[in-house]
Amino acid sequence: MQVQRPKLTFLERTYIPQILKGMWLTIKHVPQKKFTRQYPEEKPVLFGDYRGAPTLVKDPENRVKCVSCQLCEFVCPPKAIRITPGFRAEGAPDENVEKEPQEFEIDMLRCIYCGFCEEVCPEEAIYLQRDFAIAGYSRDELKFKKQKLLELGGVRPDSIWKWKYKGAPPPGTPIGPVRDGKGAPVAEA
Amino acid sequence: MIPTELLIHIIKIAAVIGVMLTIVAYTVMLERWLCAWMQDRVGPNRVGPFGLLQPLADGVKFIFKEDVLPHHIQHKIYFTLAPAITMVPALITIAVVPWGSYLPIFGHNIKGVLADLDVGVLYIFAIASLGVYGIVLAGWASNSKYPFLGGIRSSAQMISYEVCLGLSVVPVFMQVGALNLSRVVEYQAAHTWLVLCQPLSFFIFMVSAFAETNRTPFDLPEAEQELVGGYHTEYSSMKFAMFFLGEYANMFVASAMMVTLFCGGWSLPFAPFNAPATTLVAGLLHIAVFLAKVIFFLFVFVWVRWTVPRFRYDQLMALGWKIFVPLTIVNIFITGVVLMLMGAK
Repeated sequence: MQVQRPKLTFLERTYIPQILKGMWLTIKHVPQKKFTRQYPEEKPVLFGDYRGAPTLVKDPENRVKCVSCQLCEFVCPPKAIRITPGFRAEGAPDENVEKEPQEFEIDMLRCIYCGFCEEVCPEEAIYLQRDFAIAGYSRDELKFKKQKLLELGGVRPDSIWKWKYKGAPPPGTPIGPVRDGKGAPVAEA
Repeated sequence: MIPTELLIHIIKIAAVIGVMLTIVAYTVMLERWLCAWMQDRVGPNRVGPFGLLQPLADGVKFIFKEDVLPHHIQHKIYFTLAPAITMVPALITIAVVPWGSYLPIFGHNIKGVLADLDVGVLYIFAIASLGVYGIVLAGWASNSKYPFLGGIRSSAQMISYEVCLGLSVVPVFMQVGALNLSRVVEYQAAHTWLVLCQPLSFFIFMVSAFAETNRTPFDLPEAEQELVGGYHTEYSSMKFAMFFLGEYANMFVASAMMVTLFCGGWSLPFAPFNAPATTLVAGLLHIAVFLAKVIFFLFVFVWVRWTVPRFRYDQLMALGWKIFVPLTIVNIFITGVVLMLMGAK
């Protein structure tokens, strides 16, 4: 292929006007607004249903919601979840729930934040939070145990009080967690 | 008891080296800031207020880094010597550059130059050409291909552009009639800045200075993309820092030369800057004016680096030999004719 080269004038062939133009362009950028985000001080704005660390949540009466059915363990694509099932203590007020996890472990290094565990959970006991900066000094430290997961999850003020109503929520209760426009869960009155 | 003369000289040397190295360290800072700002980034801002202590942090880091000596190096002495050879010429050429006119203090009329040599500029060219040995030695002693290519490129480039550099300043000395840099500045203080009389000389000198200091658009010896840093690829820790400082110190000297030869040194075209100082305050102001001009040229060095892309090697050589050398010779001829017609001595 033959490329048509434009005929340059003498001044253009010295490159001097072009270089001066370039220098004007670069100097113009000096006082301009910077794009850098000063990260640790300035956090990024997360979009609506941002999926961060998966955590275990408690219901408004401070009970562990997980009944260790192990569905999340089975659905987890990278096999990051490991559950050791156990039973509720005999004589506990919610003894009829029968099961709860004896140990619940999520390996945050394996987790791919797909959110399948949240989707599959019949008890709505596992939720992806908006935390994205998960760091530790060792691999073991990043295998989050039950205690840690419950701490991160906290109490979730949603409407599924399964054990209270024995499967029948009061009429008019919305199904599932109520979220605001941005996707963050909203506390219910 | 040290004689006063000697003491004055020691203090002067310490002050010059101290100020120079501080400015050199902060040129690195300026480089990083300016490049960041031109790319709409923030730049170093973490160490100290506005990141102003960054050079200090860099220095500490360099000192504590492991000094790696690659196993394939056969001539350890040359390998070790090379950074020093790059650094030293920059530091000793500054001796003949007049920083100010005079500093009248306690009855002593101290000259604003370390060594008031009558061969001034010849001395600078003689010493500055030694700088190329450091780079060539580094490229060769590293015993690895990229540094070697960098060394070859720089030897060819620096030798070529030294010709332009040397020839471009000849008209200046034809006009001034002295090689002593202090006389050159005094001439400019009395008459006019030589950049106005010799714009072509100034332009060629500046471009050649970019090539001599291995700065973009002529940074082929250290082209990061092609040569992985060129001649200093195999260096680490303080040895690398010496190359780094050497490069910026060379920039400082080049800027000081441009200021001295073409932009009036310590002088400005109004009192009290148009005559050698008679009071201490004026003397200090002269030094401040000189440093301000030098810093301006350092700024230009950085500015050009982040604007102009690198030349191709044949373009670089063609520019040097086919354009600048003939131009400088024509310039010398024209200056000679004009001086003869004006009936100068």
